[in-house]
Amino acid sequence: MDSDYHVISTLVEDKPGVLQKVAGMFNRRGFNIDSITVGSSEVEGQSRMVISVHADKKGLEQVTKQLNKLVDVIKIKDITKTAVKRELCLVKVNIPNAKARAEIMQYSNIFRAHILDVTEQTLMIELTGDKKKINAFISLVESYGIKRIARTGLTAMSRGV
Amino acid sequence: MRGGEAIIESLKNMGVKTIFGYPGGQTIPFYDMLYDADMDHILVRHEQAAAHAADGYARASGRVGVCLATSGPGATNLVTGIGTAYMDSSPIVAITGQVPTHLIGNDAFQEADIIGITMPITKHSYQPKDPDLIPSMIKSSFEIASTGRPGPVLIDVPKEVQEGELTEFRDDLIQTPGYNPTVKGNIKQIKKAFDLIKESKRPMILAGAGVIIANACCELKKLAETINAPVMTSLLGKGAFDETDDLALGMLGMHGRKVSNDYINESDLLIAIGIRFSDRTTGRLDSFAPDTKIIHIDIDPAEIGKNVDVDLPIVGDARNILESLNKVLDGYAPSNDVNDWTNMIKVKKQELLPRVSYDDVPLKPQTVIKEIAEALTPEAILTTDVGQNQMWAAHFFDTQKPRKFISSGGLGTMGFGFPAAIGAKVACPEDPVVSINGDGGFLMVCQELATVREYDLPVIAVVLENRTLGMVYQWQSLLYNNRHSQTLLGNSPDFVKLAESFGVNAVRITEPGETKEALSSAIKDNEPILLNVVIDSEEALPMLPPGAGINEMIGEYKLEKDVI
Ligand SMILES: Cc1ncc(C[n+]2csc(CCOP(=O)(O)OP(=O)(O)O)c2C)c(N)n1
Ligand SMILES: [Mg+2]
Repeated sequence: MDSDYHVISTLVEDKPGVLQKVAGMFNRRGFNIDSITVGSSEVEGQSRMVISVHADKKGLEQVTKQLNKLVDVIKIKDITKTAVKRELCLVKVNIPNAKARAEIMQYSNIFRAHILDVTEQTLMIELTGDKKKINAFISLVESYGIKRIARTGLTAMSRGV
Repeated sequence: MRGGEAIIESLKNMGVKTIFGYPGGQTIPFYDMLYDADMDHILVRHEQAAAHAADGYARASGRVGVCLATSGPGATNLVTGIGTAYMDSSPIVAITGQVPTHLIGNDAFQEADIIGITMPITKHSYQPKDPDLIPSMIKSSFEIASTGRPGPVLIDVPKEVQEGELTEFRDDLIQTPGYNPTVKGNIKQIKKAFDLIKESKRPMILAGAGVIIANACCELKKLAETINAPVMTSLLGKGAFDETDDLALGMLGMHGRKVSNDYINESDLLIAIGIRFSDRTTGRLDSFAPDTKIIHIDIDPAEIGKNVDVDLPIVGDARNILESLNKVLDGYAPSNDVNDWTNMIKVKKQELLPRVSYDDVPLKPQTVIKEIAEALTPEAILTTDVGQNQMWAAHFFDTQKPRKFISSGGLGTMGFGFPAAIGAKVACPEDPVVSINGDGGFLMVCQELATVREYDLPVIAVVLENRTLGMVYQWQSLLYNNRHSQTLLGNSPDFVKLAESFGVNAVRITEPGETKEALSSAIKDNEPILLNVVIDSEEALPMLPPGAGINEMIGEYKLEKDVI
């Protein structure tokens, strides 16, 4: 993975406008967010936000400090090195023929993906994994024709206690 | 108690006596409750002036300034003032009315998402959805606005929340676990600073507004004297160190004093305090103090290494850190090398003093500033607008005390100076307050002549009339081949008549000596007045062109010693 790619886990107040504040700050300071995911955390009234971003060392330092300045941001941790990273992806793939159906189902098996919905012409597949795994799966099934992709963006958590 | 009354009560609890505002549909409930309240309100003539006045009040006093506007256009009129305060770390609380909660999101009449609009230019914001939250939100706003690196906080109060009854007046309902500004400097870092100071042969100090905000000017003076280091300031640092002191070199930067700009790169140690190394202060970064070790003291960790790489950062309150550093330095005596360096700089300073003596007509702006300085005591507060007028004032006026030089630095907001002077006068009624304006910028806020008249605020407005948008005109002269595109102002208005139409006295000044005389008598009269000073429009300030290094000034730097 390239060294400029970072995963930052932040604990924020669960309040309206916080996502806008965080995203706005990144944008204003000229950083591109790769993905941002928010959901409730183990603490009531606080959410966990996982942000993946491309930044060099100086940029990362600046972004972290600017994040820290937001009153609604409680804690920040760069977990790039220690984290288990997961993303959920839904893909709807065309099925040109019966052979394709069998092949796609086989790939899904290998990738431990789930089939969520089946029609005559399409399969909807749910897949979790890191970015690489998801990208690999998508490029495998691409040749059948992808109708739709929805990805959640990365969420992550440090290993260990 | 209703929400609006809770706002007033909470403001009183915070020590507020005067607010600056302008009413409208969504603040009628608040204004109705203000009618009977024991709270002074200054009705400005444009909301932008309310924000600038609150800002001027804050900068002059160190206390939080409060401004108020209605929803929609009232709120958006505050934006420039909020942005100005944000860029210069000034503690203001802006209260806006908002449409009733049930209408929010419907594009209701005069609805604007002012919290969203001001998000990048506020330190924090609140929108109480329940009157019970008002006291806590106001308390928290004051806390956030005034501590750490200060800045504006916005409270957007829907109409029905102003009218709703509180169940209980409690101000402890809001916690901010994510807000913990660092105050105390790390003692290990402070000891390392001592080591760098001991090693240094050619130290210099660069002070910014952080020194003034932290009330650290005495500590700075002690440090400078102990280590015998010359002191420069940024524009907003003016007043952090007495500029009439032998050790003071004056402002550094794009329009800085020659001695500061010429010699900073010769120092081997720069102690930068409460400063953010703006591009206007540093010039091109790779030629800013390239061989100099830098100690950077600032309360905002995000400023460390943002623009300039530093050798030793110390994060915390400038006063706290300088106190500790002075303690560590107890008994320290500077080496002969340091004394030689500083003596050399003092000699250069005298040689390079800028020329202020002229008897030309039209008047040279340098002379006008000199006469203003002669007419004022160190207690007087000088506010400036933006443009040449600002830089004449910054360059040629020696500020002796903190909070006496007030100017829009970061945002460079034309129209700031006059309303800021109104705020400063309200904060410090005993001190003479003079605002220096350009003829362009003053017209952006001249309606506030009504305010100074109405409230008998003896603010002295100096309008430097050059009939140009001088600063832009100067750039066009120096860098764009004299193509003066849209910078000539023509002959309108007659500023004397303009002031008189508001009931404000005015004097037209064209000759040397008249400024000093008019200003002295204005201070005695203690009445609002406008001094319309006609100056030479061709006079230009030496400057760093964009992209130039700190010691690459262009334009002739005229010296006082060459006056014959
Ligand atoms: C609100 C705003 N608009 C435009 C500018 C750009 N600007 C900077 S200085 C200047 C000229 C100011 O002219 P004047 O007020 O007459 O002052 P002078 O430079 O002539 O002293 C302008 C237009 C600005 N700083 N602020
Ligand atoms: Mg002008």
